[in-house]
Amino acid sequence: MKRFSILLLAASALFAAEAPVLIQNATILTVTKGTVKGSILLQDGKIAAIGEKVMAPAGAKIVDGTGKFIMPGIIDCHSHIATEAVNEGSASVTAMVGIEDTINPDDIGIYRALAGGVTAANVLHGSANAIGGKNQVIKMRWGQNAEGLKFAGAMPGIKFALGENPKRAGSSQGGFGAPATNLRYPATRMGVEDVIREAFNDAKTYKAKWDDYNAKVKAGQVAIPPARDLKLDTLVEVLEGKRLVHAHCYRQDEILMLLHVADDFGFKIQTFQHVLEGYKVAKEIAAHGSGASTFSDWWAYKMEAEDAIPYNAAILVKKGVLTSLNSDDAELMRHLDKEAAKTLKYGGLTETEALSLITINPAKQLKIDDKVGSLEVGKDADLVVFDAHPLSNFSKVEKVFIDGKMYFDRDNDIEERAKKEITKKGLLEKQQQELRRQTPAGRPAQ
Amino acid sequence: MKLDTILKQGRRILPLLTVLGLVSAAPAYSADGLGAYALKDAKIVRVSGAPIEKGVVVVRDGLIEAVGENVTIPADAWVIDCKGLTVYPGMIDAFSTLGIASAASSGSAAAAGGRRGGAAATPAAAAAAAAAAAEPVARGPEDRPSNESYAKAIDSVSATDSRIESFRNGGFLSAATFPAGKIFNGNGSLINLAGEKPGNMVIADSIGQSIVIVARGFGMSRGYPNSLMGYIAYVRQMYLDAERYKQAQAIYAKNPTGLQRPAYDRTLEGLLASPRMLLPAVRATEIERMVTFAKELKQPVVIYGAHEAYKEADFLKKANVPVIVSLKWPTKTPDGDPTAVEALRTLELRDKAPSSPAALAKAGVKFAFYADGLATPKEVLAAVKKSVDSGLSPADAIRALTLTPAEIYGVSDRLGSIDKGKIANLVIAEGDIFAPATKLKYVFVDGTKFEVPEAPAAGRGFGRGASGPGANDFQGDKQ
Repeated sequence: MKRFSILLLAASALFAAEAPVLIQNATILTVTKGTVKGSILLQDGKIAAIGEKVMAPAGAKIVDGTGKFIMPGIIDCHSHIATEAVNEGSASVTAMVGIEDTINPDDIGIYRALAGGVTAANVLHGSANAIGGKNQVIKMRWGQNAEGLKFAGAMPGIKFALGENPKRAGSSQGGFGAPATNLRYPATRMGVEDVIREAFNDAKTYKAKWDDYNAKVKAGQVAIPPARDLKLDTLVEVLEGKRLVHAHCYRQDEILMLLHVADDFGFKIQTFQHVLEGYKVAKEIAAHGSGASTFSDWWAYKMEAEDAIPYNAAILVKKGVLTSLNSDDAELMRHLDKEAAKTLKYGGLTETEALSLITINPAKQLKIDDKVGSLEVGKDADLVVFDAHPLSNFSKVEKVFIDGKMYFDRDNDIEERAKKEITKKGLLEKQQQELRRQTPAGRPAQ
Repeated sequence: MKLDTILKQGRRILPLLTVLGLVSAAPAYSADGLGAYALKDAKIVRVSGAPIEKGVVVVRDGLIEAVGENVTIPADAWVIDCKGLTVYPGMIDAFSTLGIASAASSGSAAAAGGRRGGAAATPAAAAAAAAAAAEPVARGPEDRPSNESYAKAIDSVSATDSRIESFRNGGFLSAATFPAGKIFNGNGSLINLAGEKPGNMVIADSIGQSIVIVARGFGMSRGYPNSLMGYIAYVRQMYLDAERYKQAQAIYAKNPTGLQRPAYDRTLEGLLASPRMLLPAVRATEIERMVTFAKELKQPVVIYGAHEAYKEADFLKKANVPVIVSLKWPTKTPDGDPTAVEALRTLELRDKAPSSPAALAKAGVKFAFYADGLATPKEVLAAVKKSVDSGLSPADAIRALTLTPAEIYGVSDRLGSIDKGKIANLVIAEGDIFAPATKLKYVFVDGTKFEVPEAPAAGRGFGRGASGPGANDFQGDKQ
């Protein structure tokens, strides 16, 4: 009897988990381990096997992958979807705020990104201020709640911003200028540097205060603890290397400036974001050990984004900079594979190098490459099934898996649309009826 | 003749005079509110127990002296024949600004005031915005923006707020009333909706800190905080500061000699004086966010809004968090674009919001209601009726209007049901209170009898429209 119940328990545990999925006869673009023509097995949320022939375990769902291309889930290193706030632009240093508090799992942008093959994204604070808020790495687990979207184990980070945006609120001139009653320091690039330096000076003083207090307590002295400051706590984490810095920038001068500041304070810039003039200072970026996350060919939307070239990503790669392509935008996010394809034309990157820009490289930049970013046994089963090569303009996403679970299925989506239309029509009719009941006779209901 | 004898006689004569039309002032409260009444042959919906089909409620000196089927009517009691009438406990608006006539625009403009949007809707607000513009802009939590946590609702209550009378005539005899218009608004007070002076109206003076957190926000506008992220970080820092403040004060109190004294901070004093926090949450995501946030801060919390609570009933039960449901059900904006295509999610919320109370009742979550700016008690009860039509039992509905809010605010030992010793807040209706045609005949507040005017003039005293205490010009589209 006891054994029987244990069996039952085991069985129910099995059913609770996702059934294994075996996709056969597909072209598997692993990114890190070459291309495999064969099968891939997803089990218990992980990639269990990749090979020409993979045995299907009992209960596995078999998917025919003939003619299909499978690549790792796309990772977007710069996004602002799935959050109910982007900028806390009221102060030049807002390291106390964080996207982790405002994740919005209802944002349809999540589903649309998923339909474009994106499985993870770095949701960043905006660029309104020199030191912005904390970021949150998420997986596109559409349908789960805010906590369910969070990428467990992703290293925390913070947004910095250089150049025009953080100084805009300091000047009342120009289209986005601040009202004269609410000018916020700084108004120049010099000021942006000063704000960052001052913030880290404050953080060091703060840390010293705590060290002093802890020493007193250790020595058995009576002492009142310093006030905890959520803003400075975050900056101390940066100084201690426990938090990654993602810095919005465009021009080579501001990039070099931030490298100097970081060197002076002894921390590292994990990624330069946008970094359209990165090609001018690629060697310096590489020497610091920073990554670069840029656009394929999007520029000239403002003065500081003028001196850009489509070869930026390729040059950065060839100079040894860990480089990724990001979207910064809910629409662009849906075709990052096509963005990556442009680097084949501009700069002559290989297919694998191009795919790396949206998979393993952003994974490394976010320090989640032990879990995602390539198709390897033991990694999370986050992958995309395309009907043709993902770098082709004519390919479409058919299925997207995250943790071995299918979160997007093109056929299913098309089927569901009709059903949803019916539901919607029913609700609209019900609403109309209600309005008619409330509207006095003779007057048309709106 | 002794003074109290005179008063007693006067009290007996007063109702008579009223009947004869000799005393014409509408709020016919005898000055002391004391006296004995017997409501005879009434159907009594006690709420704390099964209804009594035919019984007596004896009211004396502001309290319920006796209730039951076989109660001896005291010789000195004024007997009211309640044959065919139903007696309910006084209803409670669990989250309001009742009594605070200018709640939305009151108070000095804090540094972060002068927000965009509706801020300049009134001349007072415009003046406040202008004043705020001259003040330095808040750049962080240390500036304590928009913070009157130390305020107490009762200190702003005016017994002459015209809404008090209109709600009282509709059976709402108590209200949890909160200051509004700030981020940290101060402590609410539970008041009875009758009394010559605000002090006499108070049942509990500090029932919780009302904190307004915007549902969404993006912005480059004036002052910290100007986004949802900033609001949350601000509240988090405040509670962190309050904890440390308490600790620092305690250490200093023990060792005043040789220690630098900690600074006094009225905003932290205000938080420490609050027994719980009230946080807004309408959508499911907001409900989870606010409950999780309160757990992180280790603060008892009450969630208000809760239109999408039908999705979160089990979560709320597990978290053991009480809810105050807004009765302003989401509707299609009357002056919205008629050709606009609405999202399925919006339509679903609109359709299912009134079923939230039923879902909460089923899951065993403590919930109450608030008018949320609905102007008349009639509209409020019609909105409750809508949730009854969506599956809430009438018994659960009346409980959510009486005993449950009393429990939420910790005053169920004196308010919320018809039981011996409780405050005599009673509604005497001509039938089922949720039936649209039912009229109210009398209400008793603190044992004082009020005749309900035949047809309460529609629109009387409803000057303030849409805003409840949680309203904020940043709130925007809550759906």
